[in-house]
Amino acid sequence: MSAVLSAKDLCVSISGKPILRDVSFQLEQGKILGLVGESGSGKSMSALSAMQLLPEGAEQTGILDFEGFNLTHANDMQMTRIRGKDISMVFQEPLTALNPTRTIGDQVAEGIRWHLKVSRSEAFERTYDVLERVGLGFEQGLTDRFPHQLSGGQRQRVVIAIAIACGPKVLIADEPTTALDVTVQAQILTLLKDIVKKEQMAMLLISHDLAVVADMADDVAIMKDGQIVERGPTVQLFDTLSHPYSQKLFEASNHVPAPRNDPVDTSVKPLLQVSNLSRAYPLPRASVFYRRQWHKAVQHVSFHIAPCQSMGLVGESGCGKSTLARTVLGLTPPDGGHIRFLGKNPYSVSREDQQNMRLGIQAVFQDPYGSFDPRHTVERTVGEPLHLLRRELSSHQRRKRVHEILESVGLSSTDASKYPHEFSGGQRQRIAIARALVTNPSLIVADEPVSALDVSIRAQILDLFADLRDRLGMAYLFISHDLSVVKAITDQVIVMNAGRIVEEGPTEEVFSNPSHPYTRMLVSAAPDLNVALRKRKERESKGSL
Amino acid sequence: MFWFAFLRLLGLTITLLAASLVIFLVLEVIPGDPAEVMLGLSAQADTLAALRTELGLNAPATERYVTWVLGMFQGNFGISYTYSVPVAELISERIQVSLPLAIGALTLSTILAIPIGVYSARHHGKSVDTGIMSIAQIGIAIPNFWFAILLVYVFAIVLRILPSGGFPGWGESVTGSLQALILPVVALALPQASILARVMRSALLDVLHEDFIRTARAKGLSNSATLWRHGVRNALIPVLTILGLQFSFLIAGTVIIENVFYLPGLGRLIFQGITQRDLIVVKSSVMLLVALTIFVTFLVDIAYAAIDPRLRQSR
Repeated sequence: MSAVLSAKDLCVSISGKPILRDVSFQLEQGKILGLVGESGSGKSMSALSAMQLLPEGAEQTGILDFEGFNLTHANDMQMTRIRGKDISMVFQEPLTALNPTRTIGDQVAEGIRWHLKVSRSEAFERTYDVLERVGLGFEQGLTDRFPHQLSGGQRQRVVIAIAIACGPKVLIADEPTTALDVTVQAQILTLLKDIVKKEQMAMLLISHDLAVVADMADDVAIMKDGQIVERGPTVQLFDTLSHPYSQKLFEASNHVPAPRNDPVDTSVKPLLQVSNLSRAYPLPRASVFYRRQWHKAVQHVSFHIAPCQSMGLVGESGCGKSTLARTVLGLTPPDGGHIRFLGKNPYSVSREDQQNMRLGIQAVFQDPYGSFDPRHTVERTVGEPLHLLRRELSSHQRRKRVHEILESVGLSSTDASKYPHEFSGGQRQRIAIARALVTNPSLIVADEPVSALDVSIRAQILDLFADLRDRLGMAYLFISHDLSVVKAITDQVIVMNAGRIVEEGPTEEVFSNPSHPYTRMLVSAAPDLNVALRKRKERESKGSL
Repeated sequence: MFWFAFLRLLGLTITLLAASLVIFLVLEVIPGDPAEVMLGLSAQADTLAALRTELGLNAPATERYVTWVLGMFQGNFGISYTYSVPVAELISERIQVSLPLAIGALTLSTILAIPIGVYSARHHGKSVDTGIMSIAQIGIAIPNFWFAILLVYVFAIVLRILPSGGFPGWGESVTGSLQALILPVVALALPQASILARVMRSALLDVLHEDFIRTARAKGLSNSATLWRHGVRNALIPVLTILGLQFSFLIAGTVIIENVFYLPGLGRLIFQGITQRDLIVVKSSVMLLVALTIFVTFLVDIAYAAIDPRLRQSR
């Protein structure tokens, strides 16, 4: 079959800096090409160049052939006739990809009116049609609603509707599910696959997640530093990975840190005890005459963490996991129930109890860069929690402690005088971990600590967490939406849904044999590289029989 | 949307009442004796007593406040001490100059600023943009009375096509009145337009970096269609904020321009009221300005909600 869109020796540079180097690929009718790579590999730039929406000042050479027409030579006028009609794009973040001030119907109909030059009423007829095709047909009055009134999954369906409204031949999806919850991700991926097969589009699927690509794509290309290092039909490619980078990527995606040596002693007094905890937030009033409604973020949650134990907490956005984390950290007092850390109440009036709790529980967050003051040196950032120590340290002792900690998280003591912007994402997360460790805590609350990191760096950070657990006997409350991360690092797990614990138990058991329907749904929706590849092989062997 | 407007209006009415209380306290209760303030320290005892009776100052403060507020509702603002005419009459006369002046200057500055800001944002970083923004910077920096004098020199003295000052009154001559307002409107609009153009430009540049602009381009919309359909509307919120602030300023903050052109406007009335210690005029005009400012705030709020649906939910 001939390619609908093909790139040949495509090179793009921005103000002299090469971004893409000799990139070639073919998109065929009814087929999905998966493009994987880590941040900065040039995969998004490939998508933007296929749309000819490159940033200002970009220079390109090579051929982008769409039905015999070289897009790299097209001017903007010609591209406005192709974009959205023949080649369409789906973006990562559905909330910001939609104009907040215009209705859904308006935004979907706009492209239809622009390309097909039909009347307003006909454009709306077609809009209803397209919304039905993306599974939003049953939503009454959807066309009159605004993006902020929709859920994340619904918004992404609208973005897909905009893209497929004029029946394009090529669909480009740049991380279409990265911002979504796992169950929603599974739905959106199925939808995209169905559309591509049914309407015989050619699709370029860009993702950092090998599992998603292995599940979706017919062919896969792996990118690094602006070049495609390896490509081939999905199953075959993953079986015979030959390039060292692809092998490294594959291993990192499946990485599980070494398990702990000795089992956790659960007979000792628990470190953290949470019993019957509840917390509600007031919702904005619908009207002054109505009673105020409350959002019950956490309801009757009980669990405990033993010393050296690592506890996982999984659930989708809005399930109450962040509220629970804030309550444990002493930042949000509970409405009901209580928390005991080493037998003491962190919300007690005693300053000493409070201080002990702050020394003993530290936090690591998702975005390390956002949690640093860019004008503080690493030494100041890491050393800051030391003021909690009752015995004031001399500046010499302080410095020594910071250097020690930096070395124990895999940085060097000479990094102390540098500033946050001088480090890479992975190194910054190490700094954040160093800051958490500096007071010698016994529990670290880690809220999505590896979600913003590339797979290879994620593997290193997970190793660091495992190493600290073994070396320092650290206990963790590990919060993540990513089941594979939780599976890799925790012994026990709690599954939360709508503010309540629906299932808890040893991690292995819960994930291999989930008993609650919600957990089962979560587990089956979570992308897993090995499972995806196994299913593909089964399907293909059936197909060849 | 109706509830949103209603709740806003309710809130603003409360603000208005609170403002009236503050004005009353500051002008009539705190300094001691308003009659003494108005007549000065060297006043005779019997003159003071006469004025007190005339102003009704012998009644308790609460009664005076209630009478004052109820009077305003009936259009009775009291009688000016220096002019010996009802204040309502004075203000309504002056507002016939000030309101057209403010509306004219605001309209002119908006008409100039929005296209200029959009054009500049579109050619962001190019020499056209730098040139326009430098001119805007000069427009902000030039003192408007100096610019007003320059306008008078060019259009009234050299070209002799417009009057140099004065105001015939709408009853006398409509065209004459309009002509009299042209130069002051231009003088007031220049700095306002400069500020507004800069705000429009930077707001639009911010919006153009948003993801939904890329979505619109990916739909196939051309650059200018994207700009007008998705960019400008979203960039209007900060522009509206500035417009609201400018209107309040233009209604009463234009004493200098009114003096340059000999216009009998509200700004001059308040200025004279203050210099002549005519507390009755000051009290009523300040109240009127508060009411106008609150009303404009209300309009701006409604416009926000009309532009951005996320702001429509009442909290």
